[in-house]
Amino acid sequence: MSFLNKIKTFQGGVHPEEYKELTENLPFEIMPDPKRVIVPLSQHIGAPASVKVKKKDEVKKGQLLADQEGFISSPIYSPVSGKVVDVHLEPTASGFPQNSIVIDSIESEEEIRFEQLDPKTITAEEIRERVRLAGIVGQGGAAFPTYVKLTPPADKNIDCVILNGCECEPYLTRDYRFMLERSEDLITGLKLIMKALGVSKGAIGIEDNKPKAIEKLTKLCMNEENISVVSLKTKYPQGAEKMLIKAVLNREVPPGKLPLDVGVVIQNIGTALAINDAVCKGEPQITAALTVSGFGIKQPKNLIVKVGTPLSDVLDYCGGVKDNAAKVVVGGPMMGVAQYDFSAPVMKATSGILILTESEINAHEETPCLRCGKCIEVCPLNLTPTKLARYSQLEKLEEAEQLGITVCMECGTCAFVCPANIPLVQWIRLGKKRVLQIQRERKAS
Amino acid sequence: METTIIIAILTMGGLGFIFAGGLAFADKKLRVEENPLIAKVNDVLPGANCGACGRAGCYDFAVNVVEGTIGVNGCPVGGDETAREIAEILGVEAGSTTKMVPRILCRGGSSEAVTKMADYFGPLSCAAMDLVAGGDKLCYYGCLGGGDCVKACPFDAMIMNDDNIPEVIEELCTGCGICVSACPRDIIEMHPIDRQVFVFCKNLDDPKRAKEVCSVACIGCGICARKSDGGIEMVDNLAVINYDLLDESKIPFDKCRTHAIGYLNGREKHLEEVEAEEGN
Repeated sequence: MSFLNKIKTFQGGVHPEEYKELTENLPFEIMPDPKRVIVPLSQHIGAPASVKVKKKDEVKKGQLLADQEGFISSPIYSPVSGKVVDVHLEPTASGFPQNSIVIDSIESEEEIRFEQLDPKTITAEEIRERVRLAGIVGQGGAAFPTYVKLTPPADKNIDCVILNGCECEPYLTRDYRFMLERSEDLITGLKLIMKALGVSKGAIGIEDNKPKAIEKLTKLCMNEENISVVSLKTKYPQGAEKMLIKAVLNREVPPGKLPLDVGVVIQNIGTALAINDAVCKGEPQITAALTVSGFGIKQPKNLIVKVGTPLSDVLDYCGGVKDNAAKVVVGGPMMGVAQYDFSAPVMKATSGILILTESEINAHEETPCLRCGKCIEVCPLNLTPTKLARYSQLEKLEEAEQLGITVCMECGTCAFVCPANIPLVQWIRLGKKRVLQIQRERKAS
Repeated sequence: METTIIIAILTMGGLGFIFAGGLAFADKKLRVEENPLIAKVNDVLPGANCGACGRAGCYDFAVNVVEGTIGVNGCPVGGDETAREIAEILGVEAGSTTKMVPRILCRGGSSEAVTKMADYFGPLSCAAMDLVAGGDKLCYYGCLGGGDCVKACPFDAMIMNDDNIPEVIEELCTGCGICVSACPRDIIEMHPIDRQVFVFCKNLDDPKRAKEVCSVACIGCGICARKSDGGIEMVDNLAVINYDLLDESKIPFDKCRTHAIGYLNGREKHLEEVEAEEGN
């Protein structure tokens, strides 16, 4: 028993089939520039960037296309050299259209980069400024502007940075490949983050289904006193920030609070590398690394793709979809978004494109709730999903609020185990949206 | 035996007497004076507690009317008649109200609107569908067809028609406006019941996309606006009617290729109705 207790993890969670073997041994390929890129103005949480180019402008690779608008926002750079065709509404992977800059690319070696900085002598202020300028956003999926995370309020006492190498979503192997192929850069990136925050303690949390990555990074960190590699139990959603903090540091983030409140900043593996590239190579964030996987694609791949590449181009590059493909999801299978229009582009924080077949998706008829309580058992945040969904359905928003509907992070664990196939997360999302609106109105009045 | 009965009678009777005394005392000493008008007004209200007046039910409305914080014609469900009765009770002028009814400003039903290259799995509710990439129609502005308004209507005055677009049964509709707030797409608007001309579309897409997504969309060509003398304005690719300036005779209804602007029941029927009225 003593051995079992040592595996660090959290309470609740599920074990979905992983399917990582489809891509875990495939090194990254760099996809050639597409003929046309569609660059949405809002690839991050916060205000959309404000356009700085106009129709028919010639742009160079790495040129500023749209600038940051307000504190929580992020600038956007041209992923290719070419000519601006138009700025208008285009479909995006979120399912809703967005104002996007459409650029026809031309072949050109020209490229604009920032000045390269030495990671050894750089100051905290310089790191933050570079991260802001380079338009780096969190690669974990939410796309929160990274420089905001590196600028915590003065009253918060941060003492630890955790790099999230869990990659708990099935299929995805992007972070795993990064950890194997760019381990040194990753450590440099982590050190830059620690320096920017003035923190002396760093940790890399990795699920124990990636022994090679754990081994490699542990070896690299042998001489690093301040950085530890922590092996965690393989369980979904181990990579959610609250779960990760609980597992690595045994600290609980209270409901409604942020990791900042318990002195922790979490960054994704991809984000740390983007920070490394921005500082050491002077690259703005114009590429996205992603896993193209699932049993419905002919050649699963790990790819480095230009931001703005249409999904259809990526699928073609991977040999196209098989005839039995039934669903295309951007992101992981648990939290990703189903697609209906393949002209939607890859964005800064896109982590994967999954082409699933009928046998991989769960599209059964909904039946009444069995009151089995499985969803309550697995909810990592100790919520009561079945009640929340019901309250949301009946528009009993006050009750839903009291039961903590706004705490839900929509990880999908409850809907995954539900034997009655109730779309719990969809109902909870709806209720959450309504409760948040009521809370905003209450605050305003 | 007898003593037991007598004891029981005395105890129960005594208790009853004490409690009755308590109640009598409370009635005299703890009485809250309420304006008798409130009860009278409350009696003439419909009693549906629908909240259409913006208050928490009919009693709350009655309190507010008597206090004067809301007008006597503030109950849209009761209409003119209730307003008159309340005015009588309070001894004020009733004024007149025009009955407002909801109008569904989208005609892009299942046979007109183009659907996405995907099937929707999930709850059949507009608000829930709207969260998942905006439902299964390509149009981001039109009716989702989930029937949230039908479910919300407390008076059963709405039904989904064969084309999966809601319809208002005017005879049952009380004009409470609950359907307006139930619609996540804001395509239901309250209009005076005698208003006949509407733009039955809310699509703000550019003409090319609007044409692609729906056969009855306003494509923003602006033909109706040019001839309307200010009665119609083009706002974000959509014709918007300014009812104060609208002159129906100037609107070239036939020129609207998608019939997005038109009469509520179709033009012919409207002309017939007008004729019949004039004949009388």
